Amino acid sequence: MNGWPMSAWMNHLVIAPIIIPLVVGALLMLIDERRRALKAALGVASASVLLALAVLLLYLTDHTATGADATVRVYRLGDWPSLFGIVLVLDRLSAMMLVLTGILGLSALVFALARWQKAGAHFHSLFQFQLMGLNGAFLTGDLFNLFVFFEIMLAASYGLALHGSGLARVRAGLHYIAINLAASLLFLIGVSMIYGVSGTLNMAELAVRIAAVAPEDRGLLEAGAAILGVAFLIKAGMWPLGFWLPNTYTTVGAPSAAIISILSKVGIYAIIRIWLLVFGESAGTSAGFGGHWLLIGGVLTIAFGSIAVLATQNLARLAGASVLVSSGTLLAAVGAGQAAVTGGALFYMTSSVLAIAGLFLLIELVERGRMVGADVLAVTREAFGEGEDEESDDDDAIGVSIPAIMAILGIAFMACALLLAGLPPLSGFLAKFAILAPMLAQGAEGLPFTTWALMAALILSGLATVVAMSRTGIDVFWASPAGDLPRVRLVELGPVMMLLALCVALTVQAGPVMRYMEDTARSLHGPERYVQGVMTTAAPGTGKGAAP
Amino acid sequence: MELILALGIGVLTGSGVWLLLRPRTFQVIIGLSLLSYAVNLFIFSTGGLRTGAAPVLERGMAGSLASHADPVPQALVLTAIVISFATTALFLVLLLAARGLTGTDHVDGKEKSR
Repeated sequence: MNGWPMSAWMNHLVIAPIIIPLVVGALLMLIDERRRALKAALGVASASVLLALAVLLLYLTDHTATGADATVRVYRLGDWPSLFGIVLVLDRLSAMMLVLTGILGLSALVFALARWQKAGAHFHSLFQFQLMGLNGAFLTGDLFNLFVFFEIMLAASYGLALHGSGLARVRAGLHYIAINLAASLLFLIGVSMIYGVSGTLNMAELAVRIAAVAPEDRGLLEAGAAILGVAFLIKAGMWPLGFWLPNTYTTVGAPSAAIISILSKVGIYAIIRIWLLVFGESAGTSAGFGGHWLLIGGVLTIAFGSIAVLATQNLARLAGASVLVSSGTLLAAVGAGQAAVTGGALFYMTSSVLAIAGLFLLIELVERGRMVGADVLAVTREAFGEGEDEESDDDDAIGVSIPAIMAILGIAFMACALLLAGLPPLSGFLAKFAILAPMLAQGAEGLPFTTWALMAALILSGLATVVAMSRTGIDVFWASPAGDLPRVRLVELGPVMMLLALCVALTVQAGPVMRYMEDTARSLHGPERYVQGVMTTAAPGTGKGAAP
Repeated sequence: MELILALGIGVLTGSGVWLLLRPRTFQVIIGLSLLSYAVNLFIFSTGGLRTGAAPVLERGMAGSLASHADPVPQALVLTAIVISFATTALFLVLLLAARGLTGTDHVDGKEKSR
């Protein structure tokens, strides 16, 4: 298929990112909670294998073809012809998202080994199911299957969001779950409307059929797509649908927040994938449907996020508000509808996902010295009767409070601030530049007002982030009374440093990474290969699915 | 037939949305359940409605795509029912936890001050 020079079993690699966490997660449920070392070892092994696998898949996807000639790898579940059965599709965008999930998964899990895994039952199983849902959502090529993986991902995220229990978490979790259940229902309505009109759930086939939809049905199809879009935008946190997001992200435990922070990007991924595939240039009169909404909504989200960033008093809310800013930036950049801008947006997504996850982890370490997060943690550990003595033994071994620890945390915080605000020399700056440069390249005369608004919003949101983060940074690292140094273990500092080091690597290797992003964006804006890849794997003679 | 189904879905959705916006957690969960019934019926209806038709095939008739109902919406409904059942159960657990922790069944975890 598509000239992959590999043995047959290599073809099954595509489904492995879903199968491995499923099996490991189920296995972990059977193991007694007291055998924590075994559970942790299995969980970390699974997360490491997933990361290695994701990197391998990325390499395979990128190296078999050059330029926009993206190789699209289609895996048919149960070997059904692709228009009857469900397909998994691996292209550059999916591979990139898999790698991001793998990185976040591994770092959050390693971070959780120090404390958070002890704060409640079944942490490791939930974590594996979370990874499974994320990987599935990134790989699937079928709308309804996307719904199923969304639900797996959300169900696991409900568990992780409530992990550690406590009043604040349950209160925020109640809203989070109610909103996401309502969003799931919208998702179903959208999917069934699209199916009712077009007779297919396969994204690639939908892209082919949309041009031939009768004019009187087109409105219904577009309404279905819009309802589906609302469901995704609720996940992505677009203003005014994202009011739940900062609250939820603020209350959940640090490792859960780090992995859940990619959930908002799943909403963005779904929009990039479906909107660019289905409402591309080949969509007839529906081409570019809703693009203005994305652009305007994105700019408003940036504005709302920037105000939220400025208004926050505590660190966790600051990170939650940064998620909104980054979501808004991505939505607006994608809504601009140019391949070059989308390339920059993908670079921005990589950089901001890593930086925000790093910030969530870092905040927990910093707050620990300030006795704000620590009291919540103490309550939860008390609730589960966890041994304080065991902790202190470990601390004596490696977690000695060295005076330099505040300096290290401070530098890491500064790096996060630079990344999120988009200041040189780190990758956040390159990402914003990559979004802004193609917009300006068209020449200043022909620019529509919305583009100017987006550029202004991008730059002002950077300013707001700098102001807010330097204010809190001064407050936390310089102005707070000394003597109460946070006790940080290497296993907690390691993941933060790894995430930030990856951002530095993104900066140093910006050339090859940007080349990859641009290829991805080009193949997203010209999805012929994707459509062809899925359609040609149908067995001969089975052109059509069942029409309604 | 279409009218009855459409009215049924409409009434369920209307009641569901109204309950979803109420301040008590129990009302919210019933609202979500009603909404999910409405959505399930809606998915079911996208397969097309026919009255007096054979369930699968007419007697003595060869099978063809034109003569039986579209099976995909039925499969979707089944999946949607299972998933909404599971998430509702999960929400119910959280509802009880919230009731126990906050001592109130208000969705915000505290009564509105008067």
